[in-house]
Amino acid sequence: MNFAVASRQAARRIGFWPAVCGLILLLFAGVAVLRFTRGLGAVTNLSDRFPWGLWVGFDVLCGVGLAAGAFTLTGIVHIFNLRRFEPIVRPTVLTGLLGYLLVIAGLAFDLGQPWRIWHALFFWNPHSVMFEVAWCVMLYTAVLALEFSPVVFEGLRLERPQRIMHTITTPLVILGVILSTLHQSSLGSLYLIVPAKLHPLWYTPLLPYLFFISAIGAGIGMTILESHLSERAFGRHLEMDLLEPLARGMVVALGVYGLLRLIVIAKNGALAALLSPGYEGSMFLLEFTVGVALPVGLLLFERVRTHPTGLVVGSLLAVLGFVINRLNVSVTGMESAAGVHYIPSWMEITVSLGLVAIGFTLFALAVRYLPVFPEPGRRRS
Amino acid sequence: MSVGLLFDSTRCIGCGACSAACKEANDLPLPIEDHTTAYTWTVVEDVGGAKIRRLCFHCAEPTCVSVCPVAALQKTAAGPVVYDPQRCIGCRYCIMACPFGVPKYQWDQPVPIVGKCILCAGRVAQGLPTACAAVCPTGATLFGEHGSLLREARKRIAATPDRYVDHVYGANEAGGTSVLMLAAVPFAELGMKTDVPRQPLPLLTWNVLSKIPSFVGVWGVLLLGIHWITKRREEVSAYEAPQREKER
Repeated sequence: MNFAVASRQAARRIGFWPAVCGLILLLFAGVAVLRFTRGLGAVTNLSDRFPWGLWVGFDVLCGVGLAAGAFTLTGIVHIFNLRRFEPIVRPTVLTGLLGYLLVIAGLAFDLGQPWRIWHALFFWNPHSVMFEVAWCVMLYTAVLALEFSPVVFEGLRLERPQRIMHTITTPLVILGVILSTLHQSSLGSLYLIVPAKLHPLWYTPLLPYLFFISAIGAGIGMTILESHLSERAFGRHLEMDLLEPLARGMVVALGVYGLLRLIVIAKNGALAALLSPGYEGSMFLLEFTVGVALPVGLLLFERVRTHPTGLVVGSLLAVLGFVINRLNVSVTGMESAAGVHYIPSWMEITVSLGLVAIGFTLFALAVRYLPVFPEPGRRRS
Repeated sequence: MSVGLLFDSTRCIGCGACSAACKEANDLPLPIEDHTTAYTWTVVEDVGGAKIRRLCFHCAEPTCVSVCPVAALQKTAAGPVVYDPQRCIGCRYCIMACPFGVPKYQWDQPVPIVGKCILCAGRVAQGLPTACAAVCPTGATLFGEHGSLLREARKRIAATPDRYVDHVYGANEAGGTSVLMLAAVPFAELGMKTDVPRQPLPLLTWNVLSKIPSFVGVWGVLLLGIHWITKRREEVSAYEAPQREKER
């Protein structure tokens, strides 16, 4: 038996995606060793002119934004009392918790001295947006862990902690929504300090509002995608009766966001430049088409929204557009002022992909060992 | 009293004594690079015959100080913007945010810190001028009280207007800086940023951050209120349900 046949058989036994995940994680481990022994310069394409790259733009900005489904869904169920959405709260909170843990893992790579991350607790600077984000992310990760804890307690059949958690759910959810509102918007505020560096297609005093609204849209999009992937991976059916109204919420969020973007760009006097787009203009058009125009245009139609494929495609576009937007703010829009072109190194990409792979793996493990999804018989009709 | 520097490009001969003195005074490793890095805090560049020094401007209201999440950067009363490497976590927000592109990072180190000119804060505290000003053979870099340096700069332009462009760089940039510069050609041609806002940049984020406490209060009460109302509605409809059944 030659190697090719053996590896093919092994791959069939393990499965395609787990094999891909394994390969990425192997590379990830290698890059991690290099990163912490040789420094940031050895593994990244970052420089004094371009100090923030993929790890900030994707791992942090997208990681936090795409985890926004958790505060949106818990808010809908526990503050607006729309109890029928309860069956998708647990997997969404799990996605959120994993998202934030991976953001912190990403920071462990990006920060020059991550072992000092606790300094933000003791050395305060209330004038720093980063200081506020650090506190909110830390507190909200704790809130998410508490919001997810009933699932663990249920899995371990611990009655008393479950009851305690039940009584504090509402204040916890309200705290979670407040913290999320603050730091989702503050990730946009991070860029308020660079009016001369960020391209006028993206710079606006409204950045915090835009980041908050787009995070709600993308968070809902992720919730729908995550339901779809769970359907495929764990043989669950798509809860169309719950996801379709969520998609309507997403369309509203994206619509408000898209309109605000256009108004801001018109005010910045950058609208005309889009007729003959350069590098930045093209990237904006890509972002806006994929992330706003197409998903809103498609999901406005009931026939598309109520069809599983249409719903999933619309949500995927919204999420992709969100990712392009965050990379445009953090990379594309900053390049011209920096005077350099930044393309992440393969090692930076490996770390980002590795974090995503870890996320998928942990999600699958949690679903296998914990009651993340409601039992079919227990589901409310 | 706060101190500063006045760099007069027209008096600079590009000898580089300031760079060498800076290395020695701040215990920085050699060699002297051709541009500023985490290890070379000041250089003299030759731009088409004109000389221009690169160094930290020590803003009156520094962007780097406002963005640092752990307050590793501080503006001292004496003028220098100083850096505490023991606090720094390496987020590099200062490098990203500085309107002059001053702070640099030790990209080649596994335990990296930021490097930038600290206006020889230690020497200044002892009443000494900065190392670069002390060694400057032509007086192109002057050390002194900020107010008198600014007056001196304006006086030079007024006395010999054909020698200078009518611009004291640093008088208004980013709300004013402790380091001032004079030159014979427009600063844009010397590779200086001329689109730096005239207002202190920290205001841009403080305008948002300062509203957080009131926002948390209002938002919290609103969310509680919504919960209260929707919960009550649910209870009422649950209570009325059997009665509606009866009436039917």
